[in-house]
Amino acid sequence: MNFFEVKEISKRFGGLMAVGGVSFQVERGEIFGLIGPNGSGKTTIFNLINQYFPLTAGDIFFKEKSIKGMKTYKICHLGIGRTFQVVKPLKRMTVLENVVASAFCRVNTFKEAEKLALETLDFCNLLHEKDKSAASLPIAGRKRLEITRALATKPELLLLDETAAGLNPTELDEAIELIKRIRDRGVTIIIVEHIMKVIMTISDRIHAINYGLTIAEGTPEEVAGNKEVIEAYLGEE
Amino acid sequence: MKRKQVIPAIIAAFFILFPLVVKSDYYQHLVILALMWVVIGGSWNLLAGYTGQVSFGHAVFFGVGAYTAGICASKLGISAWWGMAFGGFTGALVGLLIGWICFRLRGPYFALATIAAGEIFRLIATNWESLTDGMVGILIIQTFRSKLPYYYLALTLAAASLWIFDLVMKSKLGFYFVSIREDQDAAESLGINATLYKNISLLISSFFTGLAGAFYMNYMAFIDPEVVFSLHYISIMAILVGIIGGVATIWGPAVGAFIMIGVQETFRSALFGLAPKWISESHVLVFGLLVIFVILFMANGVVGDWPKIKRLFVRSK
Repeated sequence: MNFFEVKEISKRFGGLMAVGGVSFQVERGEIFGLIGPNGSGKTTIFNLINQYFPLTAGDIFFKEKSIKGMKTYKICHLGIGRTFQVVKPLKRMTVLENVVASAFCRVNTFKEAEKLALETLDFCNLLHEKDKSAASLPIAGRKRLEITRALATKPELLLLDETAAGLNPTELDEAIELIKRIRDRGVTIIIVEHIMKVIMTISDRIHAINYGLTIAEGTPEEVAGNKEVIEAYLGEE
Repeated sequence: MKRKQVIPAIIAAFFILFPLVVKSDYYQHLVILALMWVVIGGSWNLLAGYTGQVSFGHAVFFGVGAYTAGICASKLGISAWWGMAFGGFTGALVGLLIGWICFRLRGPYFALATIAAGEIFRLIATNWESLTDGMVGILIIQTFRSKLPYYYLALTLAAASLWIFDLVMKSKLGFYFVSIREDQDAAESLGINATLYKNISLLISSFFTGLAGAFYMNYMAFIDPEVVFSLHYISIMAILVGIIGGVATIWGPAVGAFIMIGVQETFRSALFGLAPKWISESHVLVFGLLVIFVILFMANGVVGDWPKIKRLFVRSK
């Protein structure tokens, strides 16, 4: 059984083919990296997966069921969480309130939601910031809040969109460590990332795209040695 | 008792005892109106302040509630008090209709659509003469000559609405409302059905506004479309009550209601007869100046910026 499968998905914005027939499968429990140069369509694929944009063609299966055409909030209830590349903290709420709001996805009373939120904050090492307003967090904190919030909806599949961008080396190591711990909890992860240190060290498999088309897929070593990938990133010789 | 319980207890005692001490019909009348505005302001605040869906059309729900009570008496031949039972529901029903249409729009476009909705309902009430008697309005006979029953009814409504808004805001609903206000796209990705919860917010808001409208009919005994569907006497007033008291605070609209009724009456009566008569024409102008002042110096309203105001006085001592 395929845990998660993307089949020949395409997205056209007017005359621009942002994603042109990309397919991949993700196994339960793995960290699946999605790489490509700027504008290659990585975030668009995420927006297609959680149905923020409607698909032009193709289909997406989560646990063998098609999720095509479902509402974004339903996708979350099914168990697919996501973070945003351009972080979207609920600014005039505290960090705790942000996470409580998302914890309500799984529980109904404030008490339960608060408990789940505090546990998740603790897991993500953000507990000491819980009473700060979300707007006051620096970028590293905001990225971490994005992850915490997504995690509080108890996803089985987590889509991480450039959660390491803009972090300093120490913060980067912490982010890598956090992503690994999330995987160890049994959450499957698809990660979009530019920073090669992150993507190469944590991914089990990597899917590379350019101009909305697949150029390579395989283990980090295979992809790093792939001619087309090197060309896409560094240009032709 | 803790300090947190003492202050509401004092406020409650004050309002319960007020009409027994102040016998003047005039002052009782003003407080009754202010209490009614506590309900409307709070309702507007739930939708606009907490859920972020700014409405310029709360007169619709107020007017529908008022006309429900009026039509009970004028057409159905039953007591206008039945309006208190039905007014909230007809208000909420119209709320659902407007939500169904207008929530396809976001932000300022939603606000514009609610202005249109308000005008549409005013025109319907004006022209559907067989039902509403048009510009003639609806006149009923007040049940009580004393103001006391109306006073305590208004007080109960105000207290009940504040209590329910507080409960809502501490629950899942409240967190969802604020999340939608802060970022609708993020809210959707956190599993929040934004359309559904915006409609729930509107439903609660329009229910209480309709109830206030039905109360108004029973208390004032006369309504016409220009009064209860008025853009500036009702819809804009609801916004002013919210902004001046403090958007997205439970007590803000309550404080705002008293400030607004106070300011309105002070100027309408030309500083209680002490100033020349032309002053009374200027109360709308004063509202404008008040809003400018609040936006410039206390953007969060009296309640929202209370710590700031308190500091000002402590320092000057």
